[in-house]
Amino acid sequence: MAIIHDMMPAFELYQPSDLDGAVQLLDRHGDDAWALAGGLDTMDWFKDRVKRPKVVVDLNGIPELKGVREGADGGLEIGALTSLTDVVSSPQVREKFPMLAEAAATVATPQIRNQGTLGGNLCQDTRCWYYRGGWPCYRAGGNICYADTSSSMNREHCIFGASRCVAVSPSDTATALLALDASMVIAGPRGERVVPAEEFFLGPGIDITRMTVLQPNEVLVAVRIPATFAGARTYFEKARDRQSWDFALASVASAFRMNGDTIAEARIALGAVAPTPLRAKKAEAALRGQRISSQVADAAGNAAVEGARPLRHNGYKVPLMRNLVRRAVRGGPLAGEGQDAAAGG
Amino acid sequence: MARAKLTGTDYTPPDLVAKVTGRARYAEDFRADGMVFMKLLLSPMPHAHVRRIDKSRALAMDGVLAVVTAEDLPESDPLNEPLLASEALYEGQPIAAVVAVDEATAADAVERLQVDLEPLPFALDPIESIKPGGSNARTEGNTIVRKSTDDGVQTVVERIEWPNQLFRDAGEDVLPLGEHQDEWTIGGDVEAALAASELVIDETAYHQSLTHHPLEPRSAMAYWQNGKCTLHCSTQSCQRTHGVAAAAIGIDPADLTLISEFCGGGFGSKIVGTVNMALPAVLSKQVGRPVMHRVSRYEENYFGRARPGMYIRTRIGFSKEGKVKALDIFAIQDNGPYGRQGDLGSVGGVASLAYQPDSMRFRAVSILTNTPPRAPQRAPGGAPISAMLEPIMDRAAKQLGLDRIAIRKLNAPREGAKFGGDLSRNVTTAYTHEAMDQLAALVDWADADRRGGTRSGSKAIGTGFALAPYTAGASGFDGLMVIRPDGKLEIHSGVGNLGTHSFSDTSRVACDVLGLPWEEVEIVWGDTSKHLPWTTVSAGSMTTHSMSRAAHAAATDLMQKLQEIAARDLGGSPEQYEVDGGRVFRRGSASGGLTFAQAAKRAIELGGKYDGHELSENLHAATKVAAAAMAGQGLLGAAKDEYPRNGDVYTFVVGFAEVEVDLETGFLDIKRYAAVTDCGTVMNPRSLGAQLHGGGIQGFGLAASQKWVYDPRWGIPFAHRFYTARPPSILDVPLEMQWGAVDKPDPNNPVGSKGVGEPPLCAGAAALLCAIQNAVGEVDLRRLPIMTDNLLTAIEGLDPEVPVLTTHT
Repeated sequence: MAIIHDMMPAFELYQPSDLDGAVQLLDRHGDDAWALAGGLDTMDWFKDRVKRPKVVVDLNGIPELKGVREGADGGLEIGALTSLTDVVSSPQVREKFPMLAEAAATVATPQIRNQGTLGGNLCQDTRCWYYRGGWPCYRAGGNICYADTSSSMNREHCIFGASRCVAVSPSDTATALLALDASMVIAGPRGERVVPAEEFFLGPGIDITRMTVLQPNEVLVAVRIPATFAGARTYFEKARDRQSWDFALASVASAFRMNGDTIAEARIALGAVAPTPLRAKKAEAALRGQRISSQVADAAGNAAVEGARPLRHNGYKVPLMRNLVRRAVRGGPLAGEGQDAAAGG
Repeated sequence: MARAKLTGTDYTPPDLVAKVTGRARYAEDFRADGMVFMKLLLSPMPHAHVRRIDKSRALAMDGVLAVVTAEDLPESDPLNEPLLASEALYEGQPIAAVVAVDEATAADAVERLQVDLEPLPFALDPIESIKPGGSNARTEGNTIVRKSTDDGVQTVVERIEWPNQLFRDAGEDVLPLGEHQDEWTIGGDVEAALAASELVIDETAYHQSLTHHPLEPRSAMAYWQNGKCTLHCSTQSCQRTHGVAAAAIGIDPADLTLISEFCGGGFGSKIVGTVNMALPAVLSKQVGRPVMHRVSRYEENYFGRARPGMYIRTRIGFSKEGKVKALDIFAIQDNGPYGRQGDLGSVGGVASLAYQPDSMRFRAVSILTNTPPRAPQRAPGGAPISAMLEPIMDRAAKQLGLDRIAIRKLNAPREGAKFGGDLSRNVTTAYTHEAMDQLAALVDWADADRRGGTRSGSKAIGTGFALAPYTAGASGFDGLMVIRPDGKLEIHSGVGNLGTHSFSDTSRVACDVLGLPWEEVEIVWGDTSKHLPWTTVSAGSMTTHSMSRAAHAAATDLMQKLQEIAARDLGGSPEQYEVDGGRVFRRGSASGGLTFAQAAKRAIELGGKYDGHELSENLHAATKVAAAAMAGQGLLGAAKDEYPRNGDVYTFVVGFAEVEVDLETGFLDIKRYAAVTDCGTVMNPRSLGAQLHGGGIQGFGLAASQKWVYDPRWGIPFAHRFYTARPPSILDVPLEMQWGAVDKPDPNNPVGSKGVGEPPLCAGAAALLCAIQNAVGEVDLRRLPIMTDNLLTAIEGLDPEVPVLTTHT
């Protein structure tokens, strides 16, 4: 554990002006290097002296990593260094995928959204307070999970997907992008690769020390959102303790393609309940071909939390997640007098 | 009564422009030639003996000037918080300090210290400690007691232990009524009174320990010149911090200049600063260079003070009309590792005042824990007891079929109400009914009451109404001011500037006495080299009441001297002269007379009492030193407040909250908040509104968002940053917030004022909890804060995750 906090150690700073330069630098320095985007997650680690790279590669001077562009299929491609504020206010995002703007708008505070980037929000590390406090846990290369013992404080930890580690994915935009079936464009020394959101985020069962498939010598370049769910019926909600500067206790993002008043295709993503943003595939299956009703919503909610395994202090996440999925199907909270506002679409 | 011209009106305080333009200089904004930096090594264990700290690797680094541990400092009383600990009593306690040319080097040097610690058993939870076999927070025991011995009163550490049988008999979630340290009563046998009551509610609740979280951490910078020390620090009270800081540094106060012109919040955590501010001064002397210690948010969580947590069991008996017949309170205080905290006393005192029980018993015990040092926090003791008992009053009203305001009116104290052990104390004014009526009208209570408890879809609507008293003033301090030969009135204020404007609000009283425009005044404050009078600590809502008295006394002294000088020079008797508009003139002829400038020059010529060469005997020694230094500079006003005070000054705040609880997510949406106060005469309306609303919001945090979380196995906390501790953000505050004031003067103050720092917090917390209870029914409010998880657990009927008698989860 770090013995002193709030004081950043020295490092060598590189500020490449193009992507190739950034990749070369990362490749040259390997595990000693750290890619810097908005710095919100990064500076916390550095100031607490828990993560101590020798080299920092600042991506902020690379123009091609910024901006929102029309995608080849009519969807969108958003540069990874685009600020969350720019994502929220982008007319294209608001028109085609308003749910992404809604999700990005729930991140932290206006100041943090001005500085924080979409790529950074997706790649940020987990907020497990044992791990971030520098405890030598599995995720930090040790041989114990401090958050999953009989006396651990794990109110904010996972109810799905535990595998030695019980930390959760903290990203609000990841949940939205998973529901929108986005892909991640990654540049590395051997060129570009495109990875679907579902494969981009890694659970501890695959690699306990990383949250994503990004290798130390790779850069997340952009997010591609296909046209599939442009203009679809979508829903996003983040439950949290405070209305600003707080991470999700649970979040839901859903995108339904409708065929008249029945659901042709449903994608539902759950946030902050598993080490990765999680597809609620049973709920999705339960919705396919159904007309929207409170009964269908209830069934989807129940299906979404099937198999949930709460820890000592997070049992509340099960009904919370279930209810958020119900709301996603209904299109909102249970409306006045117990009536179902969204019945009939 | 003074001509009220300024008192009661909005104005721009003299510190405001600097604050809002970023030009205000706080402790860490100061620089001195050759300044170097200090960093601390904090204990990584909750309780450990420091066997050895090897400094050699740190000292070998370029740029490291000094490494200091407890061994290098004078030995201190083990019961008092040391500058650096040889036995760490909480995780995060400073155990070594490094001074280096810059902070990065100092931090690197801290990492190179080789630390050998012997871990000792630790206690985080008073309940665990008091059980048989429980750990002691200190090697010698788990509680601090004062004992009378042959050598006088001694403070010692002892162990207090309750037998297992006591817990078994009480049952789960009920605080046993075991051996205690404090006890007092009102009226007859409380058990008999409970037995005779129509309705008895028996409840155990747990209130969190909470860090104060002032926005400005307690940074400090010090340097020495010619054997004298200058210290820039962050403190609530300026004049009263001076001696405390000098003692902590180990020097004569005459050798210390303390500068604290601005203080970015304290809430009780910086009443007279904290011991850490002495360390840069001590180390500056050692290295011969100015030393800056910038305290980080993380460190602030550790040695920045916290409110003591409290387990309280209350048994309260009502008559069928709703009158409180019997009140039996037993409290266990989570004391932290050092001096016994006074919150407990206020728990009983506030309860006895607020509910005026016929019969009462108060018992308490304070248990040491290996958690950060405690200090009073805004409404110490009052906040937990008001937040606990107000929802109980609502439940009683419901069971007895009474209106929620009616039951409060039936029990609320009125003018002169007696309270405390044996009813030995009495309040001055208490316009509680007036405040309740005003708030009820402001929020349309009849309608709000009907709305409460209704549902709309997933939203449960709740309304809450709460009354909270808290102490609001003392007396006996000194005022000091001088009319200079340029005609300006220079007021020397020893009050700290913790953001409430009380340092200047109280100065306006002097203007009103003299009929002087505000533009003709200069306030000198925030620097002990500038001759400050004996002043109250800025804590416990004391300043406005206490120092408006002192300012009134000194201004009255000035007025008399002006009249005497005029009579001497212009003929007639002093009583024939009037003072107004910067002149002293014969009554009825405002054109003649003397200007203040002329009078000041005459005072200097006359000397003696007029220019401060002779001082009133009854002034405090500190005021005499200050006044002597000002002698000869003009017409000096210096007086002790000897106005009568017929009782304890208490301010009352009633709060109203309306909430929507989302039954699907547990989300608590505070829709509306309003507060009305009886704080005597309103001094500064805009600032009063800020106190009522700001305190209310802080109460929301206590009730519904802020907490400590500790891993019980390792004794290490997690909520040590703003985002994990979760004080309310601006988006957690309702858009609709209102306030009002009864604005009736308290005759025990020359301008009628009472302080208003503390009770807004109690009213905010209590009204919010009442509203939550009103929204979702008999939800478990026993463990604060009531957050998303607690609410959803209760709504869904899930088992609570932890028993009531548990801390820091």
